[in-house]
Amino acid sequence: MTDVIRSRHARRQRWLWGAPLWVLALAFLAPFAWMLSTAFKRDADAFTVPMDWIPDRATWDAFGTVLFGESSIVPAFANSVFVAALRVIGEVVTATMAGYAFARIRFAGRDTVFLLYLATAIIPAQLLLVPRFVYFQTLGLYDTLWALILPGMFTVLGTFLMRQFFVSQPAEFAEAARIDGASEWQIFWRIYLPMATPVMSALGILAFVWSWNDYEAPLVLISSPETYTLPLSLSNFTDEQGSLSPSLSMAASAVSIIPVLIVFLVLQKRFVQAMTHTGIK
Amino acid sequence: MAVIAPSGAPAAPTPTRTGSTPSVSQPRAWVGWLFIAPNLIGVLLFTLVPLVSVVLLSFTEWNLVSGFGGIDFVGLENFVDVFQDPAFWNSVVLTLVYAGVSVPLTTILGMALGLALNRDVPGRAALRAIFFVPYIVSVVAIGMTWLMLMNPSAGLINQVLGALGLQDAPAWFASSYWALPALIVIAVWSGVGYAAVIYLSALQDAPTQLYEAADLDGAGAWTKFRVITWPSLVPTTVFLLVTLFIGASQGFGLIALITAGGPGDSTTTLPFYMYQTGFQFYRFGYASAIGMVTFLGVLALTLVTWRAQRGRALHD
Repeated sequence: MTDVIRSRHARRQRWLWGAPLWVLALAFLAPFAWMLSTAFKRDADAFTVPMDWIPDRATWDAFGTVLFGESSIVPAFANSVFVAALRVIGEVVTATMAGYAFARIRFAGRDTVFLLYLATAIIPAQLLLVPRFVYFQTLGLYDTLWALILPGMFTVLGTFLMRQFFVSQPAEFAEAARIDGASEWQIFWRIYLPMATPVMSALGILAFVWSWNDYEAPLVLISSPETYTLPLSLSNFTDEQGSLSPSLSMAASAVSIIPVLIVFLVLQKRFVQAMTHTGIK
Repeated sequence: MAVIAPSGAPAAPTPTRTGSTPSVSQPRAWVGWLFIAPNLIGVLLFTLVPLVSVVLLSFTEWNLVSGFGGIDFVGLENFVDVFQDPAFWNSVVLTLVYAGVSVPLTTILGMALGLALNRDVPGRAALRAIFFVPYIVSVVAIGMTWLMLMNPSAGLINQVLGALGLQDAPAWFASSYWALPALIVIAVWSGVGYAAVIYLSALQDAPTQLYEAADLDGAGAWTKFRVITWPSLVPTTVFLLVTLFIGASQGFGLIALITAGGPGDSTTTLPFYMYQTGFQFYRFGYASAIGMVTFLGVLALTLVTWRAQRGRALHD
């Protein structure tokens, strides 16, 4: 009997904090709810007063136009997938190998190179936009997807993340294997790499989100619509007056955030870990 | 420490169990270089060369149209100009206001949210995920949505404000007074969940025995927070203030998308001013100088904060 009372008290206690938090959470989601609601409306109904959350005349038209219309986002979506895939693969492979060597192989010049990496790590990407613009023009890579892919494949930050992991792993495995005559590649491939898969997938998630959401680099390095990545193509949906069409731009936005949301929902724990450990978006 | 064997020549035999195999317990130098080569070459080509270029460019006057022959070396002139440029100082003030308001707000609200989420509340994991989502969504999707939410006449925000009895709702992005606060609102909304999650992981390490002892002593909630919780959150707070400040002083995506620095120059923060100078006016030398000054300024502020925090930690 007292147990029942106590548990009822505990439940009330939980909701005392829980209820306001849930109200706040719903308010936080309101912009996304608005996005979805507007995506199913006609432009004329977008700004009714009072706001109409579930449209009476709900329609898939906006999604149809955005996906299959004249200025479909599908090619830009494909470009984004291509860029993200190469960046993720490139960054994970090169950062894992380099991070491992910086942590677990002793060689002449290693510490000098590492100092160079340290110095480069604090440089903001925005500072490099002007020289990269000039540089990719001279290389003939301006306005190609390679201008977005190449800098993302070889990163100092990813190397740090991987080095930090390998440094925390015991060196004795490598020493024992060397005595047994294993080659450096075998030591890396058979012993250390299997231990590193969680960190590698965390880095992969980060690389994917950075690549998928990147707006500033394409804004500077891409000019023709065929080469647009998704963030560039989203803001192009205008109505007859030339102002942003609410339904089309919201439908396009909703489609564009699906991949990141899926990765987030499926790999939530690792995702949050990866993002909070680096402090970099 | 590293034993360097000239490649090809046999290394001095090391006395080990297995005997004659060269360099058994030390890998050869080139093996290490081979591992870092793919990353190193890429970093040299796509980060280091641009980095050296931006430093060099900041001492030149150059617009793209004149070609490489048109690069004029002007010494420190750009830097002198930067410090005498009223538009630059306007951007400095705007950046400091933007970061100075949005960063502490995000941090304080994130801490409150983190403390609330650290309690036993129904659906905790779902709540945490919901608050984190704005942080991972692209700035373009977020920007366009908020632009419409903040529509001065019919946007949802002003509808709500009107329903609450506010007569003259702000015109947000249509007003040179309200555009910067509007950007701050978006920044706080998208960063609070991230800050809360960082605080949550710090709270997980909080010393439970101390709380039990405090309960026995009959300490109140505020005392427990002040004496036990807050000291354990100081490093996290400094980390957040620094990383959020760095972020706030570098991004121009939202501004380029929504306001293009306006109305007037009311949202031309430093990174956007650099972007504008470089890619709208094609003054690469001057843009590089603005970028360099911004970077060095942020770096100096970061180092000062870090030292102050370390000094305080040593004092305590």
